[in-house]
Amino acid sequence: MKVESVHTYIGQHHILQGISFEAVADAVTVLIGRNGAGKSTTIKTVMGLLTATDGRIIYRGQEIQRKKPYEIARMGIGFVPEDMGIFSGLTVEENMKVAMLVEDKTTHERLERTLHMFSALRKFWKSKAGNLSGGQKQMLAIARAIVNDTSLLLIDEPSKGLAPIIVESLLEAINQIKERSVVILVEQNFFMASAVGDNFYILDDGLVVQSGVMEELIHDAELKSRFLGISKTSNSR
Amino acid sequence: MVATFIKRRSRELAVAGTITLFLLPLLGISGKTYITLTIAGLAMGMLLFLVASGVSIIFGLMDVLNFAHGALFAWGAYVGFTVFNIMMKWVVAESVFKNLVVFVFAIFVAMIAVAILGIVLERIIVRRVYGNHLFQILITFGATIVLVELIKVFWGPNDEVMTVPFSFRGNWDVLDVIIDRYRVICITMGFALYAVIQLILKKTKLGIIVRAGVENREMIQAMGHNIFMLFTGVFAVGAGLAALGGLAMSVFSLQVYPDMGSTYLLFAFIVVIIGGLGSVTGSLVGAIIVGLSYNYVAYLVPWAAAGANVMIMIIILLVRPAGLFPAGE
Repeated sequence: MKVESVHTYIGQHHILQGISFEAVADAVTVLIGRNGAGKSTTIKTVMGLLTATDGRIIYRGQEIQRKKPYEIARMGIGFVPEDMGIFSGLTVEENMKVAMLVEDKTTHERLERTLHMFSALRKFWKSKAGNLSGGQKQMLAIARAIVNDTSLLLIDEPSKGLAPIIVESLLEAINQIKERSVVILVEQNFFMASAVGDNFYILDDGLVVQSGVMEELIHDAELKSRFLGISKTSNSR
Repeated sequence: MVATFIKRRSRELAVAGTITLFLLPLLGISGKTYITLTIAGLAMGMLLFLVASGVSIIFGLMDVLNFAHGALFAWGAYVGFTVFNIMMKWVVAESVFKNLVVFVFAIFVAMIAVAILGIVLERIIVRRVYGNHLFQILITFGATIVLVELIKVFWGPNDEVMTVPFSFRGNWDVLDVIIDRYRVICITMGFALYAVIQLILKKTKLGIIVRAGVENREMIQAMGHNIFMLFTGVFAVGAGLAALGGLAMSVFSLQVYPDMGSTYLLFAFIVVIIGGLGSVTGSLVGAIIVGLSYNYVAYLVPWAAAGANVMIMIIILLVRPAGLFPAGE
C-alpha cells in the first residue's frame, strides 16, 4: 500500500498537504503525531471516506483514490475508526453479521478464530453492543474489521480511553493480526505505538516529517521531544 | 434529583403517560362508547402507521426530509382507485374471496407502481440533495406540486368516491358494541405490517444492514455495503408503504382527491417525532398515541382534537427529546 503526495481538504481547510508513505507486508506501520497532525484524515482518505483532491493511493497495484468506500472495503481493506463505529442498537452477533460480506465456510472459520482471539465477544454474543465496556467495544470493532479476508487493516487510536490492562490485550491481538494482514495504526499513545509498531511515520501539519524503523524512534529522545512532546528525561518507551 | 429521575426513567414515564391516555377517557365516557372510540382510534393509528413508518425509515437511514411522501400517498390511493374501477365487478361482488383478491391486488399494484415512482424520484431529485435539509424540503415540496398536478392531469381535479369492497362494509354487533368492519381490517393490516417489517429488520441480513445504516451510514460504507443502492431500495420501500397507506386511507375515508396527502403528512410527521426517528416500533406507538388521542379528544372536546396531538408531541419531546424509541437505543 502506497500513498503518494496526497492532498485532502475538509471544508475549506487543507489538512493533508502532500502526504506520502508506504505500508509493507508483515509489519505494523504506525502513523504518529500530535493532535491535528492529519493522522485520522490520512486513513479516512485511504478508506475513501474523505476525497483526495490530488495524489495517488495505490493498493495491490491499483489506484484507489477515486473509488467509493464500499468498493475499497471489498478489496480487502478493513477499517476501525477512532469512535469504533459500533452499531450500539444491534447485538454483538448482528454487528458481526453486518461485517461479514460473504457467509461461507471460510468466513465462519475466520469468525471462530476471531472469537477465539476476543473471547469476551462470545460471552456477550446476544447482548446489545451499546452495553459493552469500552474495551469490549474496541475488540468488537477490530473483530468486525478482520472477519473478512482483510489484507490491510486501518486502525485509528485503538488505545484511546482504555485501561492499561485492556491496552495490553489489544497489543497481543494486533500482534496476531499482523501475521495475516498489513496493519496501519494511527496512535498517539507512544507506549502502544512502540510496542507493536515496526515502522513509523511522524506527521505534522499534514506532512510526513520523519520516518523510519520504530527501534530508532524509541531511542531518539530528540525526535520524540520535538514532534511528539515526549520529555527527554522520560525513560518510558 | 427529580430531573435525574425523569431523565433516567423517561421512557417508562412516557409509556405510563400513554397508558393513562388510554384509560383516562373512561372517566367521562360510557364503556361501549369507549370501546367504539378506542377501535376507531386504533384504526386511525394503524393507517397513520402505514404512512409514518415509511417517513421514519427514509429519514432515519437516509437523513432525507421527504415532503413528497404525501404525494406518493395520494398516488397510491389513485392507483388503487383505478384498479378498483377496472375490477369493479369484484369490488361489489357479494363474495369475501373476490373482495379480498381485488383489495390485495390493488395494494400490490399501488405499492409496485409507487415504489417505481419513488425510485425515479430518488435517482433524479433526492440523490442530488443528500445532506442538505433545506434543499430537501424545497425540492421534495416542488416534487409534491408536480406529482399532485400529474394526478389532476391523469384523473382530473375533482374528488372521487372510493368504493368500499362489499364485504368490508357495515358493522359487527358484539355484545351491543358496534364495531366497523373496515376498522378491524385496518387494525389487522397495521399489526401485520408491523410484524412483517420487524421480521425483515430483525431476521434478514438486509434488515440488519438497514438498522445499522440508520445508526451509522459512514461505517456501513466502510464495511463494504453500497449505501446508495440501499438508499434507493429504502426509498422505494418507503414509497410503497406510502401507497399502501394512501389506498387504505382512501377506502376508510371513502374518497380520493389530489391533495389528500398533505392532510395526512402532517400527522405522519407528528407520529415520527413522537416515536423517534428511524424506529418502526416508535412509529407504531406514536401512531397509536396520535390515533387514540385524536378520537378521544374529538369526542370529548371536538374543537381541541387537532391541537391535542401537538400538545402530546410537545410533552413527549420535553421528556424525551429524541422521541420514545429513537434508533440505536
